[in-house]
Amino acid sequence: MMRGQTHRALVTTLYIVFLMLPIYWLVSMSFKTTNEILGAFSLWPQDFTLENYRKIFTDPTWYTGYLNSISYVAMNTVISVAVALPAAYAFSRYRFLGDKHLFFWLLTNRMAPPAVFALPFYQLYSAIELFDTHIGVALAHCLFNIPLAVWILEGFMSGVPKELDETAYLDGYSFWRFFIRIFIPTIAAGIGVAMFFCFMYSWVELLLAKTLTAVDAKPIAATMTRTASTSGYELGLLAAAGTLTIVPGAFVIYFVRNYIARGFALGRV
Amino acid sequence: MNKLQNQKAWWLVVPVVILVAFNALIPLMTVVNYSVQETFGNNLFFWHGLGWFQEVLTSERFHASLLRQLAFTFTILLIEVPLGIAVALCMPRTGPWVSVCLVLMALPLLIPWNVVGAMWNIFALPDIGLLGNAVNSLGIDYNFTQQPVSAWVTTVVMDVWHWTSLVVLLTYAGLCSIPDAYYQAARIDGASSWAVFRFIQLPKLKRVLTIAILLRFMDSFMIYTEPFVLTGGGPGNTTTFLSIDLVKIALGQFDLGPAAAMSLIYFLVVLLVCWVFYTLMMRNEEN
Repeated sequence: MMRGQTHRALVTTLYIVFLMLPIYWLVSMSFKTTNEILGAFSLWPQDFTLENYRKIFTDPTWYTGYLNSISYVAMNTVISVAVALPAAYAFSRYRFLGDKHLFFWLLTNRMAPPAVFALPFYQLYSAIELFDTHIGVALAHCLFNIPLAVWILEGFMSGVPKELDETAYLDGYSFWRFFIRIFIPTIAAGIGVAMFFCFMYSWVELLLAKTLTAVDAKPIAATMTRTASTSGYELGLLAAAGTLTIVPGAFVIYFVRNYIARGFALGRV
Repeated sequence: MNKLQNQKAWWLVVPVVILVAFNALIPLMTVVNYSVQETFGNNLFFWHGLGWFQEVLTSERFHASLLRQLAFTFTILLIEVPLGIAVALCMPRTGPWVSVCLVLMALPLLIPWNVVGAMWNIFALPDIGLLGNAVNSLGIDYNFTQQPVSAWVTTVVMDVWHWTSLVVLLTYAGLCSIPDAYYQAARIDGASSWAVFRFIQLPKLKRVLTIAILLRFMDSFMIYTEPFVLTGGGPGNTTTFLSIDLVKIALGQFDLGPAAAMSLIYFLVVLLVCWVFYTLMMRNEEN
């Protein structure tokens, strides 16, 4: 038994080390000077510097990228979950004309490769004058986040016994009053998980976000791409910007860590 | 659960339908529109029928990227699914280490995709990257920017690094939902750990594994940003997967017709595979 335990701990540890190595390299590079990076190979920063971070926090073209990303991700998360809530309730509680087909159709949008839609999206959002706005990117990301939110929330809602609804209606609650006062608090965990996933997919997506923005709403990840190509190879700066994009994700994971596993199973295990 | 028949439930679905339809149907119709027309610029379009579809379906370039895509998707599925199950089986079920493992493992999933590409680029650079330097000092000639094999291996390892955790977390959630009584019964019967896995855990994991494979299939079939940043599709065309090729044709060469036809074929392939999976999944659930 003891030997089995050690083996298992070893496998888990090795896997986590494998996950952490590239991240370590990125972080360590962000503390190096360009000279050191291009000069000699070193396992950790010999000439420790915070210059790369200082540049990002003082240069508006850099830090506005973060603010842009965070604003459209937040808008998208709120919109997606808000409209997905009633829809998920309908799918989990009622049968109606075309419900199964509608559900599959919603899921197909999660399957559409963004590369397919890049050009039409550019034209559509230019036509309705939402090009290069935060709300434009937030709406575009609804394409894959709403289906996902509906899928996750429906799973969680199906786990709530129907007697809860029936009792509330007998007590004279109207639908919306029941929904907001009783039902939403009951599935708070599910809402947390759905928000986590919307945050995650909106935060990591770049192809659409980049296509739909030019200056005012440019995401941080796109700023990085531009720097890599125009100002030569400022690897240290790039590494620092990359490190900072990991931070919000790490925060969010920490807060929802107990629900992650359930959410990945879409509440339906 | 018994569901009530209620057509008024449509009202609850309307906002979702409007938002998604706006984002999905208008662009899709634009693509369909382009796919049957020929243009010589100046916004002049001519009817071209199914010509582009024929051209794309018979072009060697499309066959080559489709083959590369399929090879890539199957390789990563073959590695990620068994590896993910193995790691999930080894993870602790209780205790303070559970949260630590979960947080660390979920981290790669929340890194923007181009940062993943950039990170692996500087990690694997043969001269100044940790991985590249280590491999080369072992005496293996490795340079992912010039050798096709190195580029392939690096792309696959990057995807394994990026997404195996998704399989781990799903499988782990599935394992946690197996009641203790099952294991106790197995212990009384003196079942080996292989028998426990084969006859207790695997059947219970069927559902989550289906979701995991479905998600990994869809996402790896759409992969664009990570290999684009890592290798730019090169060296040559060796890591030009479907999405990269598509963006090259659509936004690089601005060949709207062929790009649109290719988009539709691409979308239909994903849709077909997912529909088969979805139907199988639903049938399982009903049984």
